[in-house]
Formats: sequence, structure tokens, C-alpha cells
Amino acid sequence: MRAQFVLSEIWIGLRRNLTMTIAVITTVAISLALFGAGMLINQQVSAMRGFWDERISITIYLCTESSPSDHCIENGPATDEDRTSLQSDLESMSEVAGVEYVSQAEAWQDFQDRFSNREALVEATQEGDIPDNFRVQLADPSQYETVQESVQNRAGVDMVSNDKNVLDQFFELLDGLKWAALTVAIVQLAAAALLIANTIRLSAYSRRRETGIMRLVGASNFYIQLPFLLEGAISGLIGGIFAAGFIIATKFFLLDKIQNWFQFNVQLGMGAVMSVVGMSMILGVLLCTIASFLTLRRYLRV
Amino acid sequence: MIHFENVTKVYPTQKRPALNGVSIDVDKGEFVFLVGPSGSGKSTFLRLVLKEEKPTKGRVHVAGKDLARLSNWKVPHLRRRIGCVFQDFRLLPNKNVFENVAFALEVIGKPRRFIRKVVPEVVELVGLEGKATRMPDELSGGEQQRVAIARAFVNRPQILLADEPTGNIDPATSIGIMKVLDRINRTGTTVVMATHDAAIVDSMRKRVIELEDGEVVRDQSRGVYGQAY
Repeated sequence: MRAQFVLSEIWIGLRRNLTMTIAVITTVAISLALFGAGMLINQQVSAMRGFWDERISITIYLCTESSPSDHCIENGPATDEDRTSLQSDLESMSEVAGVEYVSQAEAWQDFQDRFSNREALVEATQEGDIPDNFRVQLADPSQYETVQESVQNRAGVDMVSNDKNVLDQFFELLDGLKWAALTVAIVQLAAAALLIANTIRLSAYSRRRETGIMRLVGASNFYIQLPFLLEGAISGLIGGIFAAGFIIATKFFLLDKIQNWFQFNVQLGMGAVMSVVGMSMILGVLLCTIASFLTLRRYLRV
Repeated sequence: MIHFENVTKVYPTQKRPALNGVSIDVDKGEFVFLVGPSGSGKSTFLRLVLKEEKPTKGRVHVAGKDLARLSNWKVPHLRRRIGCVFQDFRLLPNKNVFENVAFALEVIGKPRRFIRKVVPEVVELVGLEGKATRMPDELSGGEQQRVAIARAFVNRPQILLADEPTGNIDPATSIGIMKVLDRINRTGTTVVMATHDAAIVDSMRKRVIELEDGEVVRDQSRGVYGQAY
């Protein structure tokens, strides 16, 4: 095997079909980038889910004078008795790790702090509008439904919320994004395969004189096909390198931003990103090589 | 060296067989002319020897190998034992004489040192000494065919197949080409040459196999092109 010969053949092939090569590289890059982004979003979502499932807490809001729900109007605002019995019942439950009471004054203070940049909203409310509540930490987060159900209909309890409901919507959004990216990626990969097939066909046609002679003098099939296969593989690799840039950008400009908004503190490490990059590149090179190989079987008859 | 036993070849798109029950034996070191009008099956014969086609019926043995039993991945090794020359030379226009001949060795993975030693010898054998760095378009038709012969012979094949090698060359130059082929034959290489060129066949006085409509109508040692012509 003469490396120099093979390399020069590849270079000639890539240059001769320059426009097709560029089309191939672009398509491969886009499809791999979307594929990689989809994979990254997938990992991010499952990491965030895992993080959140471990820390899920329940907030039990109590009825106040101004609570609008039927349940509260029926039973009136929560009494001190309601509060103490609820607290002791919660503390006695095995699923509960800790209970913290937040009084109306504290809740209102909290509200003021959180919306300090929206004065109108703060001015429109007063102490007592924000209900007092119990923050319940769970010993086993997966048991949140048991706790939720047992306190749901007690006198003085307005509503029980857990963070999961809010987050699930957000996760659904990300899941949708992931599937959209993967779907487009698959369509683009198919287009890339067809483009490669076409490029290799052109390449085989423009080199039919050389390959004809190679066949006649008894060059092995592998030797005849190798420049074409490597031509495909190199297009795939270059596409993969562009895609790697895009994937890393996705990590820094999309996923890390999401992190900052939600303060999840579950950044994907560079290791995870690199494994996605590696997988995308391998996929790109494999796809291109296989597409080339299948094309050659038709157009480079031995 | 080449052994055809009742070989019939029917191409899928045609009804009439290109070869019809042909039995031919060519021994080692022989020089054989294959004559006959166009479409008589000469090219099919050569393609069957190279295993570019498979016979519809019958058996083909080349260099001691039953081609029906030769698996596809071994076909390249068969072809390394067979040199091929064509009417249209089939040189690579962007390579010079040396590179064209060397190409045949490069693509079967011969080491560079070996190529540098062997190629000049063969270039000299075909009478192109001093022209190794010429490009094909700087050579006459006869010289181009010599390059093609050098390329076919550089790997020292046991068999040399020539499909109308003088078809594009004027009669005076053809004599030179025939001398080269004769020289190669004298090294012990079996030569099979398909041709229309009556003058050459008559002057060489070698074995002549005549095909007509896919059948052998004459097989004559020290023959001539044919009485009818």
C-alpha cells in the first residue's frame, strides 16, 4: 500500500468535485450539529430531572381572608388549631424530613424581595394577601403524592403545590426541542447520504480511466475503492469538525444559559459534551463511508 | 495455459450466443491469432479469459485455475498474471511514459525500489529508451502502443492478451509492434492476439484460430488470415 498514491488520489477527487464536496460537508455538518444538540439537550434534561427529583419539596398554602377558592370560603381562614394540628401531623409522617412554617409576614417579605424590581406589583399587595404556608422537605422525594393527598382536603388548607408541576412543563418544552432537532437531523442525514452517493458517483465517473486500468492490471478491489471511501470519510470528518463547533456552542450559549435562569447547578461537564462530539463525528464518518461503499458497489463493478 | 471446454456465452440482452460451444486449448508459450469478422466472438473470448464475464455454459481454465471456482476477491490475482493491450492504448494522459508503466506496479503495491529497477528495463524492451519522460500526447500512435505493451508486460504476466493492437496504427509501424510482441513471446509468455489485419497474420505464420458467429471454424498452426480474403 502506497500512502502517497492514495492521498494524492483523494486530494484530486475532492478538488475535482469541489462544489459537491462543499454541499456534502455543509449537509453533514448541519445534520450532525442538530443530532449532537439533540443529544446534549437530552442529557441536560435528564440531569436536571435527576437533580430536581432529589430536591423536590411541597408547599402547603393555608387559607386567608382573601383566598378565593371554594374550599377556603367554605371553611373560613385557617385557625391556629388548624396550623398546629397540621404541623404535628406533618412532623409525624415518615415521608417527611422537615417542616418549616412561613408566616404571612415572612411570606410577604419574601414576595417583596423577589419582586423588588416591580414596584407596582408590590404596592398593589399588602401583608395578608400572601398566604402563610408550610414548606415540607421530603425524606423520599418520590413519595410526594402521598403527602400531598393526605393534607389536600384538610380544613384551612388552600392548595398544595410541588415544584414538579411547574418544571414538567419546562421539561416538555425541552423534550419537544430535542425531538425537533433529532427529526431534522435524521432528514438531513438522509440528504447527506444521497449527496455523498452522488459525489462518489461523479468521482468514479471522472476517474473511470484510472480505475479501469487498475482493474486490468489486477489491483485489489480494496485498493481501487480506498481513495473513494476515504474521500467520503474525509468529507464526513470535516463536516463533523464543523458540527463539533456548533455542539460546543450549543453547550455554552444555550444549555449554560438555561442553567443560569433556573439555578439548577447541574452543568454538563466537558466530558459529556466531548462524548457527544465524538459520537457525532463517528456517526458522520461511518455514514459517509458506508454511503460511498454502497455507491461504489454499483458504479465500480469489478 | 488457456483451456476452453464447450464454452457458450449468451449475453442477457441478446438471443444469439456470442460464443457457441467453443473448445480451445492454448499452450504455454504459444502465439495465437484470433481472427474473424466483428461480432464473431473474439472480444467475448478475451473477456472470458479475464473473468470479466462468466460463461453461460462450459468451463474456462486459465493458468491452471478453474475460473468458475475462482472467488471474486481472487480475480485481481488472476489478472496480475495476464497482461492486456487494446486498440485505443488506454494510457493516462497526465502521466509520462515511466509513470504510466509504473502505475501498473504501484497499484498492486510493489515497492518503489523494485519499480525504479524494472520499469526502465521494460521501457527499453519495447524500444522506447530515452523517451521515459515524454507525455503520451508527445508520442506517435505506435509509440503509445509500445507504452501500453510495456505496461501490460512490466509485471511479467504468463499471458498477454492483445485486442486489435494494430487497429489504430499504420502498417509500417504495425510491423514494429509485432516485433515487440514477438520478443515478448520469446520470453515464454503466451500471446493471444485478436486482429483484423490480414497482412500481419500472413507474415507471422503463427497459429490462427478463426471464429465465425461464435464458433471455431478453423484452427491451424502456422496459418494465414484466410483464403476467402
